Amino acid sequence: MDDLLTEFIAETQEMLDALGGAIVAWEAAPADRARLDEIFRFVHTVKGNSGFFDLPRITALSHAAEDALASVRSGERQADHALVSAVLAAIDRIGELVQAIGTGEALTSLDDEPLIEALARRDAPAAPDVASTAAASPRATARTIRLPVDLLDRMMSGVSDLVLARNELARRLRDGGGGPEAAACFERVSGCIADLREAITRTRMQRIDNLFSALPRLVRDLSAETGKHVALEVDGGDVELDREMIEMIRDPLTHIVRNAIDHGIEPPDARRAAGKAETGRLHVCARQAGNQIMIEIADDGRGIDGDRLVEKALASGLLTAEAAARLPAARKTALIFEPGLSTAAEVTSLSGRGVGMDVVRANVERIGGIVDVDSRAGAGVRFTLRVPLTLTIIPALTVRAGGQTFAIPRSAIDEIVRVEGGAVRIEALGGAAMATVRERRLPLVCLAGAIGADASGCEDGMLVVLKPAGGGIYALAVDAVRDHEELVVKPAAPAVMATGLFAGTTLGDDGRPILLLDPPGIAARAGLSLERQEAEEVQAPRPAAAETPFLLFRALSGALRMVEASAVERIEEVTPQAIATSAGRLRVTIGEAILSLEGCDARPETAIRVLRLSDGATQIACALREVVDIVPFGGTVTPAAAPGEVRGVALVGAEQVELLDLHWLFALHAGPAQAVRRPVCVLPAEDPFMETILRPLIESAGYEVRSEAKEADLAIVGSVGEPPAGAARVLRLRSAPEPEGEGDDSIHRYDRAALLRALAEGRKRA
Amino acid sequence: MSLVLVVTLAGQRVALPSAEVESVVEIEAVTPVPRTAPHVAGLAALRSRVVTVIDCRAALGFGATEKPRDAVVAVIDGHPYALLVDKVEDVVESGDVRPLAASAGPGWSRAARGTVEAEGALMLLLDVAALVAGAATEAA
Repeated sequence: MDDLLTEFIAETQEMLDALGGAIVAWEAAPADRARLDEIFRFVHTVKGNSGFFDLPRITALSHAAEDALASVRSGERQADHALVSAVLAAIDRIGELVQAIGTGEALTSLDDEPLIEALARRDAPAAPDVASTAAASPRATARTIRLPVDLLDRMMSGVSDLVLARNELARRLRDGGGGPEAAACFERVSGCIADLREAITRTRMQRIDNLFSALPRLVRDLSAETGKHVALEVDGGDVELDREMIEMIRDPLTHIVRNAIDHGIEPPDARRAAGKAETGRLHVCARQAGNQIMIEIADDGRGIDGDRLVEKALASGLLTAEAAARLPAARKTALIFEPGLSTAAEVTSLSGRGVGMDVVRANVERIGGIVDVDSRAGAGVRFTLRVPLTLTIIPALTVRAGGQTFAIPRSAIDEIVRVEGGAVRIEALGGAAMATVRERRLPLVCLAGAIGADASGCEDGMLVVLKPAGGGIYALAVDAVRDHEELVVKPAAPAVMATGLFAGTTLGDDGRPILLLDPPGIAARAGLSLERQEAEEVQAPRPAAAETPFLLFRALSGALRMVEASAVERIEEVTPQAIATSAGRLRVTIGEAILSLEGCDARPETAIRVLRLSDGATQIACALREVVDIVPFGGTVTPAAAPGEVRGVALVGAEQVELLDLHWLFALHAGPAQAVRRPVCVLPAEDPFMETILRPLIESAGYEVRSEAKEADLAIVGSVGEPPAGAARVLRLRSAPEPEGEGDDSIHRYDRAALLRALAEGRKRA
Repeated sequence: MSLVLVVTLAGQRVALPSAEVESVVEIEAVTPVPRTAPHVAGLAALRSRVVTVIDCRAALGFGATEKPRDAVVAVIDGHPYALLVDKVEDVVESGDVRPLAASAGPGWSRAARGTVEAEGALMLLLDVAALVAGAATEAA
């Protein structure tokens, strides 16, 4: 039986039960206005609901009773005995009919007409005999019950605690043994908990109908208001979704439907002129795909005007003209999700009030979902919302980084690979890094670095390849992978969420809190542009022999540019204070070096990133907005019209990219020679071995040796000394040839090969 | 008359509205939260709940609490917090809240809601939500 009908029956029977007392009381005192009102409300509700379900007999009865009671309420009629009896008879009949529908029995064949007549008759001496048949058959056992939602929530959190306790028990059993019997017993308990959890999770599920049922009315009202004709089709209402999720999607869905009618579907005459049917179609459908629910909202209206969006983006300074010219059509349409851009020519009462699609996207992303748009000019728009089934318990992978444990939602994980073993190649590019995992080139983010811990161990741990909802893919380097766990995730406090790195908190096996990482947040924080990355991955050709790696980046102007990767020494972030116009051109101070700054017309207002380019003798800095990728390139270059910083334009994937002219740049800036900064090494003063024997070796390895420095690339200390603060790397020397134990990573001071190796490595980092 | 919880914080006896305090606990292990505001000491587990640990000294701008132990649990906007204090004393009855006659001084004025008289002494009544928000709200 239809869920809604079941609900109607349960509700009506509940009201009848509750009304029993009121009916008796009203019979005793027909002048009691409060009772009258109560009964009136009941028949009124039943009339409305039964009309909805097409139950004509109930509708007719309740309608007649409502009319009679209304005339009593307005004082036209007295609530005499005849009337009271007639109303009671009608209510009894309604009860019988409802019960028959509920149990699936044949409806009573007794005629309703006499009851209705009795209600309408004003001077009837007595009601017809209405001996109730209700008592004859036992009431059907209720098949549904209603529960307060907070009880369900409490059950859910009880189960969550149970899962935690089970995890703890599992750990104890692993550590302390307990024998195969205990293990078998634990397995059984574990299975029961899993079943229980699933059942309780299902109690929180609701059919998405609950969300869709409001749409017909919404569409009707909106079309009346706009004078448009819209036919709504709804599919997949039986898809089930977590109750909380349904509430979270309600606003975004409503917003998209409003937009579709207000802006998408054209007025009838415009549609006729365009050769379309006068009535626009709006199709809303839901379906389950794995552990996600997809909701599509498609209209056959005029589509999103991508060029208008671009114009608006230009006007608001969101895009530069140059970048706009390169924007593919799909990305133009996606501008609709940018704040402050709306194609509505004027604000109407429906939409275009400034709260736009950016809010829709933010709301959907907040619950771990994504929203996509696909538009064809003149043929319509299709929005796709993809949201997870539930928010509360998620399978996750726990990892270690920077001495701490973190969890990563398993849904975002593509694969896990060990760095050692040849499957992975890591290429460092100054501050940025790329990992090649089975011929996939992925931007690499070091988790320890992202959380502000020591990032030096990133090249010998594990890589977790992440594919967060919202597209894009990147590799996250962690120190170690611990375990797969089912975690009960709770939202984190605002101060924790403000970091942008975490999606929630949870408790681990050992009862210690664990932070759940937010894969898109970490990528954003590391400055990766994931949307682009995905496109690049598909389009990037396999590296061929004649190709050299180029660093693809977006200049401050928004233009895509690239430069030979081998010329890039490193990528640095510089503050505006470090940039000044001196001796006729912009220069930037990095460490102790002053470099000419290219790619930047004026001192920026915020910190920017710069590429440090080197020809071996001179260094220059080139400002950029973001690093896009490293691409192998060996294709043709269309030369620039005039010599300048750009030597020509090339096609990478489907995009035009400007190539920097390194020869021109270095010729311009070579000017007065700037010493390439040598890496700094700190040696303890007054140590004869260090000063006389070690120093020449270090200097010949290209270091500048000092006895103290605020920042050093390398510090060398004896086996007991304290390393100075600010050293990027510390090298310990011991006098004994053999290490003192397993944790001893020092080098014997006469081990020349190891020393030179360490020095070379330190220089590479610098 | 209302009830306040008297605690020692940064060497001073101060009052917290006891209606906003859920319980008083001892914090054992704190899991740090990287890249968060300095007054967020980290996360701690209380039974099966994860609470966000707020270092009240740091929230007032007095530097970090050393060897944190005593904490006051309060729920704000649905999120449970444990507020680290030097020492928890007792719940006592207090007089009405009076506005501050003079500035409470640097740091304290961020969180002071007024003064109350309790156990014959005048003390600052601190706002729990302001402590949780930390120094950031002051700057805004």
